[in-house]
Formats: sequence, C-alpha cells, structure tokens
Amino acid sequence: MNDMTPIKTTPKDWETDQEVRWCPGCGDYAILKAVQRTMPEIGGTPENTVFVSGIGCSSRFPYYMETYGFHTIHGRAPAVATGVKLANPDLDVWVISGDGDALSIGGNHTMHMLRRNLDCQFLLFNNEIYGLTKGQYSPTSREGTRSPSTPFGSVDHPTKPCAFALGAGARFVARAIDVSKQLVDVLKSAHAHKGTAFVEIFQNCIVYNADVFAGFTEKANRDHQLWLENGKPMLFAGDTKGIALDVASLSLKVVDVVDGNWEAAGVLVHDVTNRTVAHMLVEMPFGEFPMALGVLYDDPRPTFDSAVFEQNAAVTKGKLPNLQKLISTGQTWTVDA
Amino acid sequence: MATAARIDAPDNASHLQSSEAVVVRFAGDSGDGMQLTGGQFTLSSALAGNDFATFPDFPAEIRAPLGTLFGVSAFQINFGSTEIETAGDAPDVLVAMNPAALKTNVKDLKPGGLIIADSGEFTARNLAKAEYDANPLEDDSLVKWQLIQFNISQLTLDAVKPFGLGNKEALRCKNMWTLGLSLWMFDRDRQPIIDWLKDKFAKNPVLADANIAALNAGHAYGETAEIGQPGMVAIPQRHVSAAPVEPGLYRTITGADAVAYGLVAGCQLADVKMFFGGYPITPASSILHALSRLKEYGVMTFQAEDEIAAIASAIGASYAGQLGVTSSSGPGIALKTEAIGLAVMTELPLVIVNSQRGGPSTGLPTKTEQSDLYQAVYGRNGDTPLPVIAARSPSDAFDCAIEAVRIATQFMTPVILLTDGYIANAAEPWKVPDMSTYQPFPVTFLDHVPEGGFKPYGRDNKLARPWVKPGTPGLRHRIGGIEKQVDTGHINYSPENHQAMTDLRKNKVDGVADHIPDQDVCLGTTSGKLALVGWGSTFGPIHQAVRRARAKGMDVSHIHLRHIWPMPKNLGELLKSYDTVIVPEMNTGQLKTVLRDQYLVDAKPLNKVSGQPFRIAEIEAAIEEALG
Repeated sequence: MNDMTPIKTTPKDWETDQEVRWCPGCGDYAILKAVQRTMPEIGGTPENTVFVSGIGCSSRFPYYMETYGFHTIHGRAPAVATGVKLANPDLDVWVISGDGDALSIGGNHTMHMLRRNLDCQFLLFNNEIYGLTKGQYSPTSREGTRSPSTPFGSVDHPTKPCAFALGAGARFVARAIDVSKQLVDVLKSAHAHKGTAFVEIFQNCIVYNADVFAGFTEKANRDHQLWLENGKPMLFAGDTKGIALDVASLSLKVVDVVDGNWEAAGVLVHDVTNRTVAHMLVEMPFGEFPMALGVLYDDPRPTFDSAVFEQNAAVTKGKLPNLQKLISTGQTWTVDA
Repeated sequence: MATAARIDAPDNASHLQSSEAVVVRFAGDSGDGMQLTGGQFTLSSALAGNDFATFPDFPAEIRAPLGTLFGVSAFQINFGSTEIETAGDAPDVLVAMNPAALKTNVKDLKPGGLIIADSGEFTARNLAKAEYDANPLEDDSLVKWQLIQFNISQLTLDAVKPFGLGNKEALRCKNMWTLGLSLWMFDRDRQPIIDWLKDKFAKNPVLADANIAALNAGHAYGETAEIGQPGMVAIPQRHVSAAPVEPGLYRTITGADAVAYGLVAGCQLADVKMFFGGYPITPASSILHALSRLKEYGVMTFQAEDEIAAIASAIGASYAGQLGVTSSSGPGIALKTEAIGLAVMTELPLVIVNSQRGGPSTGLPTKTEQSDLYQAVYGRNGDTPLPVIAARSPSDAFDCAIEAVRIATQFMTPVILLTDGYIANAAEPWKVPDMSTYQPFPVTFLDHVPEGGFKPYGRDNKLARPWVKPGTPGLRHRIGGIEKQVDTGHINYSPENHQAMTDLRKNKVDGVADHIPDQDVCLGTTSGKLALVGWGSTFGPIHQAVRRARAKGMDVSHIHLRHIWPMPKNLGELLKSYDTVIVPEMNTGQLKTVLRDQYLVDAKPLNKVSGQPFRIAEIEAAIEEALG
C-alpha cells in the first residue's frame, strides 16, 4: 500500500486547509514554513509522512501539515511515535514537542526515545515558557524567571535540552533559530540522519517570553552566533573569533583570529562525530561564549526499529505460525471417547 | 460434590481408599520450591485423568528471610473424579516443610485432615521464627488432626548422597522427595515427572539424577516405611479416579497463557497484526513474557519505559494499522487512564488487559481481588465509555481475549479485559478448542476515497469510524484528543458538536449490546426465588455453592456475567424474574452498585476483600440464609 516512489511536491502541497491558530508573530509560524519548505527538498511523500505531537502550542503543528498526523497527550508523543514506527517502519515520523512537553511531563519518554535511537526527527520548540497555559516558567526557563507561578522569580536551575539529549545517548543533536534561514538545512541534515535526530529550535514566544533569545538572535547580536559546519573551523563574529581547546583545563575557550589565520589561533575544526567536543559545545555558557548552532553532533549507529526488525526476522526464520499446534502443546493429555 | 469426604487413616497403608476429590496443600519456605512441587503434582493429576483446580499463594517478597511466617509459599490443588471448579475450601492434606508453614496453614486444614511435617526443620531456631513456644509436633496442639512426621531433610540428604552435591544443593531436592511421597499417596505415575526433570536439567545430568533419586526415595518411603510400627500413623494411600469428561485433547492452562493465546487467536480472526506494549508488573507480566515468544504469529512486543509509554505505543501502533494491546494491573491501569481517554476520543481499537490485584495503591500485588470494576467502567475523565469484559477462569480467558479483539476492531474502541491474580496464575485443564470452529471477523482498512468524499469520523451502521493506515494515498488526515467535528474530525469546540459527539461515543458503545449474546443462566432456572450473580474468578465457588444448594432442593440459580459493559440486553428482565438477587464479589459491592443503577433491582451484596478467593461454604451459607 505504501507507494514509496518519490513525487515532486511544493511547499504548498504540505499546507492543510485548516486556519493556523498561533498568536500573531509567534515563532511557530516560521518553523511551520521552514518544515513545509524542507519536505519537497528531502523528496518527502505526504501520505508516508506522520507528524506526532504532544500537548502545548507547538503540538498543534500536525493539524497544519498535509500529512498523516496525531495530536496526542501531554508528553507522550515519543511513545506514540515509537508504536507508529514499529508498526510501520516505512513511515517518515516527525515528533513535534516543546520544552514543557519534552523535558518536564514527558522527560522520561524523551530520554528513552533518544537512548533507543528510534528512527525519527524530534523537533523541540524551546521558548523557555509554558505558553498554552498562559506563561508559567518551564524547565528551560532561566533562574529568576518571573511568571504567574513564580511572581518573585524562579529559583530552580534550568536544563539544557541538547546536553540532556547527548546525556541520554542521542546520536544527532542540532540547534537552530525559528527565523534563521539555516533552519531548512538543519532539518534536512536531521532527516538524512538514521536514528533519532534531536533538533532544538529556539522559538520566540511573543506573548509570554518575548525576546528571551535576543542576546544572539537580534540583528545587532549576530556576532554571538556560532554556526557549525562539518570540516570547517569554528569561527564567529565575522571570522574574527574562534573556539579553541584550552589544553591545560581541557575546556573550550574563545580566541581572537587575526587576518583570518585561524590555524595559528588554534581554532578547532568541527567534526560532527566528535562526541567529546559536542558535550563541550552544548555546555558553553552563553555570554562568555557564543551560541553554538547548526549540527553539533551527527554519528549514526543502528536504530532501535532496525534492531527490532532484524531480531524478529532472525528468531522467526523458518518458523511457520500454527496456532492450533501452539495451543495443543505443553502439558497435554487425551481423553478417549 | 467437589471436596473430599473426610479421610480416615486406614488400618493398612496397602489398602487403597477411593475418594471423589482431595484437596492437598503444599506449604514451605518461599525457597523450598513449593510452586514447582504443586505444578508437577498438577501435571500428574491431569495425566491421571482427574479434573482439578489449583491456587498458588506466594509471598510478595522475592526471597523472604528463611523460615519466617511471611515467607511461606503455598500451592493448593483440588483434584477429583467429579467436575472441579475451585481450588477447594479446606485441605484434606497439608504438607508442611517447616514450622512457619505449619503455623500459617494448619488452621485451614479439615478436622481429621492429615499433616505431613518435615521434623528436621522443627529446630529451636525455626520454631522461634515461627513464634512457637513449644514444638507442636511434640505437644498435643495438633490432636485435631492426624500427624505424620519424619526428617525429610535428612532422608533427602541420604537419598542424594551418591551425587556429591553440597549441603545446600542437596537440600533443594527436598521438594522432589515430598512430591515422590505425594505421588505414592495418590497412586500417581512418576514417569512424567522423571521425564520433566531430565528435560529441565538436561544441561546438568547430576542435578537431574539427584532430583530423580529424591523423588524415588520419597515414593519408596511411602511404600515401605513406618508400616505396622506401633504408635505410628501409617501413611494413608488413596486413589482418585478419573473424572468423566468429554473426549478430546486436554492441556493445563494458566490465565496468563490463555490471554496471550486468545489475543493471538483474536488477531488471526481479525486478520490484523498485534502490537503489545507492556511494562513489568505483578501479576500481569506473564502475558508480556508469553507474547514475547510468539513473534512468528505477527506479534510485536515492546517493553516500554513505563505504563504510560506502554499504552501510548500501543495506541500509536493502532493508529498505524495494527491492533495495539497493553496489559497491567490496577496501579498500572491507573497510569494508563489518560491514554485510554485518548483512544476513546480518537476511536482507535485497543485492548487493555487488567490482571486485578488486591487493594488500593500498591495493595496486595500477589493476592487476588476484583475491585477494579469501577475503574474499568467509570474510571476516566469526561464521559468516556468503553466496553468491559471479564474472564471467569483461566480457560475462559482465551475466549474472552478473542471477544475483546472482536469488539475493539469491529467498533473502533478500546476494550478492557478484566482477569485477576487468581486467574492469571492458576492452572486448570482446558479442552483444546478447534480453531476452525471460530467465526473470523476480518477488519477492513479503508484504502480509497469513498463516494461522497472521505470522512475520518464518518460512521458505519455500528457507528464505527473508518480505520485508515497512514501511508494510504488520498486519505491523509489528522486526529487527536481535542473534540472532533462530526464526520470531518476537525477540531471543533462548538456546544452542539460536543453534545453530538458525546452522544455518538455513548451510542456506539451502548450499541455493542446488539452484537453480544443474551445473558444465560449457567445453572438453575430463568426465574425463581434466588439468583446469584457473579463475574470474574468467583465463578468456581459460586457455581459449586449453587450446585450443592440445588442438590438440597433449594431454588437458587447462578448467572455469571462476561459482558460487564455494556450488559446483555436481556439482563434487566432476567434479574427481575427472581425474588432475590445476591451478588458475591471480592470487593465491597461494585457490580452490585452497577446493577442497581442500571436496572433498579434490589441486588444484595456478598463481599469478601481478604485477598483470598471465596470459599464454597461462605457462599452456601449466604444462600441458606437468604432462603432460610
């Protein structure tokens, strides 16, 4: 039934007739457009694509994609997606989640999806706030965030989504900004990766947490963006600065690059398969360091679904199902007429 | 008559007494292998053609401290030459492997019943652990019963000496020694057990030989020892004849295996693959274990990270075109509740098996109860109706699982199948059904745009919406937990639409009643003075009690429900045709309340919430009181 022949589509083919209901100016619009632009470029087939979401502003996403879609319950999208993919591995599964959905109520499922490495794209829209419930602080909100539930400022430490993902065993970790033109490329890389491709997208909640990422997203602050490319030096601020390794402390440092001579400055070349450096990149404190963006880590290993199907094929090889025989074995005896 | 006539010690052990039915309880430390002994004794009973029922009763602790009262593990079997439906009330024979086992079990033994005790374990230390001030084998505290004691530990050590096992390993053969003696007592063949031991210890022939030697020694001991010695009670031997049963192939089956096989059978009849998402929990894990080995039957099993992921993954699989199944016990079902609501809202087929345990919260994980009926029927937010089915016995669980699959796939709805700890663990003989006699109920996936356009929430004559596999061209659609618009399935919050959808969901589930059999009366008449209405694993004791009462000429009938929700259409009229209705339940009166609500009948409760099944006598007493 699944016709896998790639068909040519346009972004328009991926739009539904449903009215998009996010607040005017919400970053979700830009992400939706970027995903709709990505799908034709990856040769996606609408009927073989499934968007699965949990609960939250971001989780309305499936209603706006002209594909199959399942808007599930709070935090459980990874688990539902696991069932979808195991039932039909031919489907291209995308999980849409937010910081509260993926890291608070659904943290357990996110961890286990990443650990198992189910083949899917996991887009975490991080706006550092609970939008749909009108603005309470979230597990990614910075310390001191004032919100209806923390009128005097939050006191707990936020989690870093990409560090969480790497810690859980993710084999693909990327970061992008809702309105950044590079988002499509990041999504294409995520789709090309076999396994759970974890993408944190900084999404601006214009109503409850506006401009919380302005420190690196504003035009004037673009020098604080470090866009990583495999095999390229880690340069930013118009190539005047770079990231180098401080050998003495085994940590990263910012170095000045004079006359483009980044090698002399000891600037690291980005290797997407280097897990150790990936851990350092996601932990870089913003301010002192730029925000690392793009594909931070990409080193595939066998996926959960492929392992399951391989094992099932191996253990069932040559075994013919015979239910009558199955129920007739064990501790049996015959009563004669 | 399901339980034995009182057993008297015969004058001579070589004289074979004939009994209709005998109840034997093996009790020992949880490390003594009592469940294994009981299981093998069950097999030997089956091979001897007896009908039987068993009741394993083990502690919640994996390895409770040695010799303690709470570490006692027991296995009871009722076997006989007549139809057996319960594990029996009071045992005729108690095998007590230590003081704690004696203390916790002897009070259940029939007056005049036989105690076989391992005197080697009645040490000062073990007596203290069992809180005995004096050795009961040596004072007259057991005078109500017959007592046979010998040093089973020492006799076992002697029997296995040639095999050079360490002391601890050698003592592990005690259960086989005891089994050997029991086989002799009830005139049973040893060979199947010997074959089983050889198979079990195929990789360690020394252990196999040692266990067989212990088994033979126990058997020989019964034959030769103690006979005619003054002052000793001889070991009584008796023969229980084969029960007259329908000819055919039989096997022993536990409820857990029956559910697993029934789900596989149901999916074959529905022509759909099964996805089973589970999370370990006592006493439901055995279903996950059984299904994990049946992959060639189109079964995918997934041990999820928690109960919620287990059901959520099953819902995902159902959405993708397989039948999602999940299984748990009360606390796990509680965690799944929100997701069950999602399955109701998205109208996807799903089977949820609840092997009920005792009590609220963690409660009594290894004990049995049927106190999740409210949870199954009512326990969700919103008006969230779904069909509920309850199995009455291990073998009945097979047909109930098929029925759950049928309703789930035909009506596009989650279905809850209730069993309990007793059904899950207990074994009974099962006449292996001929699968060709089952009517298939193949599902139809919508694979094209129908005339008039595709409506994801359009309905057939059963009010079921179409099942569409993602991947199907032309039928792309989105579903979710937010209220759906009639027909289109788009998000819709309008008051009229919510009313309409709430009514549709209710009517669909109510309509299941048009597609289930009328309620029958399983024993007795369709009207009269008294009806006992039960559900689930109380079937055995209710049935026996009603049978006994009817034998005494009392006007009492037994009705047992399989369909808890919706109920059979004739049930209301049926109940109103009796003067009195009593509902025996292992809860505080849940079915009773539902019956009162549905039919305004004055159903009276008969409740037991001790973690133990009803005794026949308890129900008999209630019948006598009602008709007295």
